[in-house]
Amino acid sequence: MFTARNKGRLALGAVVVGAALALSGCASSDPLDSGSSNPGDGGSETIVIGSQAYYSNEIIAEIYAQALENAGFEVERNFNIGQRDAYIPAIENGSIDLFPEYTGNLLQFYDNTATATTPDEVYAALKDALPDGLTVLDQSPATDQDSYNVTKAFADQYGLTSIADLASVDVPIVLGGAPELEKRPYGPTGLKDTYGVTVQFQATGDTTVEDLVAGTVNLADVYSADPRIQTDDLVTLDDPEGLFLASNVVPLVNEDVADEIADVINAVSAKLTPEGLVDLNVQSTVDQKSPSDLAKAWLTEQGLI
Amino acid sequence: MNLFLDAFAWIFSPERLTDSLPLSVAIGQHLFYTFISVLIAAAIAVPLGWWIGHTGRAREVAVAISGAARAVPSFGLLVLLVLIFGVLHKPEAAVTAFVLLAIPSILAGAYSGFEAIDRRVIDAGRAMGMTEWQILWRVEVPLGLPLLIGGLRSAALQVVATVTIAAYVNLGGIGYYIIQGLPLRDFTQILGGAIVVLALALVLDGVFALIQRLAVPRGVTAGRATELRETPTRRRATVASVTK
Repeated sequence: MFTARNKGRLALGAVVVGAALALSGCASSDPLDSGSSNPGDGGSETIVIGSQAYYSNEIIAEIYAQALENAGFEVERNFNIGQRDAYIPAIENGSIDLFPEYTGNLLQFYDNTATATTPDEVYAALKDALPDGLTVLDQSPATDQDSYNVTKAFADQYGLTSIADLASVDVPIVLGGAPELEKRPYGPTGLKDTYGVTVQFQATGDTTVEDLVAGTVNLADVYSADPRIQTDDLVTLDDPEGLFLASNVVPLVNEDVADEIADVINAVSAKLTPEGLVDLNVQSTVDQKSPSDLAKAWLTEQGLI
Repeated sequence: MNLFLDAFAWIFSPERLTDSLPLSVAIGQHLFYTFISVLIAAAIAVPLGWWIGHTGRAREVAVAISGAARAVPSFGLLVLLVLIFGVLHKPEAAVTAFVLLAIPSILAGAYSGFEAIDRRVIDAGRAMGMTEWQILWRVEVPLGLPLLIGGLRSAALQVVATVTIAAYVNLGGIGYYIIQGLPLRDFTQILGGAIVVLALALVLDGVFALIQRLAVPRGVTAGRATELRETPTRRRATVASVTK
């Protein structure tokens, strides 16, 4: 008998049961636990390549893709996936085989207590920290890492060349960067402990370079391969004490395909220099060239295809 | 469950007072941006909505604009405005973005409040010799008030939830904890921040619900009751005669 009243009760009952189920789901398990991952499905025929939602990373991924295609591999592009949280599970469960990564940042993702800072130490520590089934091929000389920058005028005024020189600056130093920089080991705490430099922090996020140029901050964390370091006339301060983790470009691969593609990808990594990467970034942001054109031109120029 | 407990522990931890951005300051910033934005939006949208509702002019335009404006992505708008205004005017850019977000609901509340009034009431006022201003202030505004406050209520809710993104452009607010927590994978902090925003939204909604109830003029409820009684009585009589 579905009278209006019964229907109402039924609906209410359904809502209560549904809510109870949903809430108990919250209670019993950690919703952020990615759970067991599937073993890699071989992928001997098609190499799936991913990239971050970062134009520079996408260019490197496209270079990998074209180099592999040239060597006779079938390639599937799965670019622009987002942040590390979003794509690491896909690599771990084998749905992506190859991904351009950065040694230091990736090491920090897996082991946030890591103490290595030089390129070789970081690379060795990263190999140990990676979970089973994943490995890295040779690291490239090209780096894209955090770096502290000031404007040319500010550097000239106080004669700054390294982070240590900041200690002699007599105006308050305001550091701008992404919000998480505040809590990173190389953030305000690291500056104080390693160089004895006290800074105030401003979470300038996406407009960090604009803020530095406008003067709302006088020290900024910018990626070292960012073309605006050149175009906006910034000065990158040296880091003699190794505050920052070295972060070289490194291909993160599924162990199942590592041996097959090692020769092709290692050849690419060896030719990719820091200056070359900045140059690619400039061509992408200033000249608005597409990743596929850039990758093709670069590979031809290097004699790789 | 652990995550929720951790999040509550995070909220009530004494560290929230000594952080670089203390929680109380973040809540203050959050409410400040919410109130300023809703206030400015109301100053623009209420007179405009009343004018549309009273004259009946430009109604289609208002409906189209307020419908389309709801679809504008606030985050994109915020970053765009910051780049246009320049990084030295971030607060102005953010408030502009939130004002644009709040206008559609308030505008809709203002003109639909007037439209919902029985035309006979307004005609009666006019027949009694009221001027247009008297009709506006003594008839339309009091009768349209509950719907207008409903519009303000949904605008305030939307804005209080959206002010979270102000932290992306260094303006603080509770969103700072969420935005900082994401790359650090500090899910306790993210959830803690989200719960505080949620609590703030619920409190605001409760306050507006109360005001909305108080804003209904006494005569309106009485009028509705008599109207309801009239039709069913007649209908029931006809049904009864058929069954007999």
